[in-house]
Amino acid sequence: MATQSIGGRPSGVDSLTLGGLLAALALVAIFAAARAVEPLFQFHAYVFLAGFALGILGLVLGARAGQSDETRYNEAIVRAGVVASMFWGVVGLLVGVVIACQLAWPSIFYFDDYGFLNFGRLRPLHTSAVIFAFGGNVLLCTSFYVVQRTCKARLAGGVWPWFVFWGYQLFIVIAATGYVTGVTQSREYAEPEWYADLWLTLVWVAYLLVFLGTIWKRKEPHIYVANWFYLAFIVTVAMLHIVNNLAMPASFAGTRSYSLFSGVQDALTQWWYGHNAVGFFLTAGFLAIMYYFVPKRAERPVYSYRLSIIHFWALIFTYIWAGPHHLHYTALPQWAQTLGMTFSIMLWMPSWGGMINGLMTLSGAWDKLRTDPVLRMLVVSVAFYGMSTFEGPVMSIRAVNALSHYTDWTIGHVHSGALGWVGYVSFGALYCLVPWLWKRQQLYSLKLVEWHFWVSTIGILFYIVAMWVSGITQGLMWRAYNDLGVLQFSFVETVEQMHIYYVIRVLGGALYLSGALIMAYNLWRTARGDVAAEKTKDSVAIAPQSGVIQAAE
Amino acid sequence: MFDHGKFERHSLLLTVGILAVVSIGGIVEIAPLFYLESTIEDVDGVRPYSPLELAGRDIYIREGCYNCHSQMVRPLRDEVERYGHYSLAAESKYDHPFQWGSKRTGPDLARVGGKYSDAWQVQHLINPRSLVPESIMPPYKFLVEKPLDYALIEAKMTALRRVGVPYSDEMIASAKADIAAQVDEFSDGASALAARYPKAQIRNFDGDPSQISEMDALVAYLQMLGTLVDFSTFDAVNTDARR
Repeated sequence: MATQSIGGRPSGVDSLTLGGLLAALALVAIFAAARAVEPLFQFHAYVFLAGFALGILGLVLGARAGQSDETRYNEAIVRAGVVASMFWGVVGLLVGVVIACQLAWPSIFYFDDYGFLNFGRLRPLHTSAVIFAFGGNVLLCTSFYVVQRTCKARLAGGVWPWFVFWGYQLFIVIAATGYVTGVTQSREYAEPEWYADLWLTLVWVAYLLVFLGTIWKRKEPHIYVANWFYLAFIVTVAMLHIVNNLAMPASFAGTRSYSLFSGVQDALTQWWYGHNAVGFFLTAGFLAIMYYFVPKRAERPVYSYRLSIIHFWALIFTYIWAGPHHLHYTALPQWAQTLGMTFSIMLWMPSWGGMINGLMTLSGAWDKLRTDPVLRMLVVSVAFYGMSTFEGPVMSIRAVNALSHYTDWTIGHVHSGALGWVGYVSFGALYCLVPWLWKRQQLYSLKLVEWHFWVSTIGILFYIVAMWVSGITQGLMWRAYNDLGVLQFSFVETVEQMHIYYVIRVLGGALYLSGALIMAYNLWRTARGDVAAEKTKDSVAIAPQSGVIQAAE
Repeated sequence: MFDHGKFERHSLLLTVGILAVVSIGGIVEIAPLFYLESTIEDVDGVRPYSPLELAGRDIYIREGCYNCHSQMVRPLRDEVERYGHYSLAAESKYDHPFQWGSKRTGPDLARVGGKYSDAWQVQHLINPRSLVPESIMPPYKFLVEKPLDYALIEAKMTALRRVGVPYSDEMIASAKADIAAQVDEFSDGASALAARYPKAQIRNFDGDPSQISEMDALVAYLQMLGTLVDFSTFDAVNTDARR
């Protein structure tokens, strides 16, 4: 089982292979820049070139610094991932607040001369920054942490994990600069153009191999449940990404491409992808975080082994079918809509299987919610998960969807999942990781965690309640008839009605962003080794972790 | 009983198991759409975009209009009354990618073609609140100033032909001439363009004949949306019965 072939040493074969690859790719980038048929493509070729050059420089500096200790876990990469997560989290939330302001006060937040700041270009920037930059980095760094600890093995592949990390950041930079300059495929949550997609595919394959390679080196006979979820996330996202981004470039030296599919087939492919970006990126991956960090923080075993098996397979099987509920009453054939609706409703059960498994892990440790705001954040995230996975199936019912679709109700639903579930489980994990990784006894301040928790919880409530009300109001206004049997409201009257809710949303988003800033400050002070002089109700026990790989038991 | 431990001890078995389980749904739901003939109705009138419309559509995509505007009228009473006949699958069969959208922060645009004058569209794009004070749409003043860059139009049409749009060699060869012709109804190429692209609207869309601007292309695209199928002759009952 323990194969070492993929686990080379820095400055060894892995470094040479990676260096060769980067050099070759740098040549491709130079060639692409020289042959570019448009300035934006040339710009992106130079960004790639800079990335590859920095990568080669990093390899050389790393080789000079000497070999790393193979008997220890690779924690440096997890630390880097924590910093990247916090950075992108703040950026993504900030862009979210900006575009919320644009919808609330369009005459103030739009500029005639800066078209690249228009909502249409910034909205993908916001969604990609929070989902793929923040969420993706959280998944990368927690998976790298969890797979090492649960396998009792150092991360496989020598320098290749660093290729995955920096390659992913390069993808984010390419995607983000593309959005503001207007390079987009217009596929929601899959906007980056063909060359960025190819690059991400390469990075993702390396990610899968590093993850599997570490599992192959494991000193435990069984693969821990969190790793099943990480593996399902990595494998399925690869499948979704490749199929949904099949496209024909207009020129191999230009940005624009046209998707392989058209119309109805294209729509279902995109929402098969879109819904499973939720299912596998934002759910399976973050369930893996729940399965490691909740038991760890609560110091209790996972509630039910059998439930985790059942809900794992049921969840990944069922999620894939749910895409057509994004296309109710469209030109998609009705049989496909009905299948999508049916499986979406069935999905409620495996989702709640996961929620129950997470919450019941607290059995016998509920009192810790009183004293440990980090555990509280993790538990509330699971509660939000339960709420949005109930709301989702309700909205997938065709009759409900007739009202909710195209309205802010969808936006509210997404954010109860994103802010409540994905955000909180990530924050909980980062609050755990920073003291562990920087070898601190405790966080700088638990009181600041309390502040973060309450400020952002109030923010979430403002946000989702405003969107529920605005969505249902607008849906009802669109279909309202007056006594004469004609439509009661013009479209713009329904827009006018939204203003106050959009203002409340800005407030909610700003509170959530403030919470994240409090967190960033707290984590920074923790990493520095500061401890605030404050009275704690009870000390929260966090076992200091040595970082040395222990022998298998 | 079935031993789940096998999956937990063999990572490749687990990987293959995951792949198998997550493949089923997509295969059952998506694959039939490519061969079931009833998926896309048989209707007359749908044609590939003219080069100028295609350039306009690329601007629509570049600016992210799909983030706030759907192009999919659902067969619900209020939508049909507000926007017009519900959308047919056939109407987007040449859309790579589709632009059905998912959110109506602004109204549906599937049938916006011909609803407003060119002058209204141009002014509304330049400053939406000058015409609709309650609007929250961004301003697109720069589209008037920016000349349309259509150096790659043949390459784009060739790429679309490779993925199934029936552009002929003639259409691709005359693409640049067709762009110039579509903004000038008195040009020599206007009648050839109209023959190649039936129902193509030929006029100067932004009111400024001195240059072909991005505004020309975008308004040309908006003004043709939903205008290709003649619904006075469309037999919904017999088409739908085939579903």
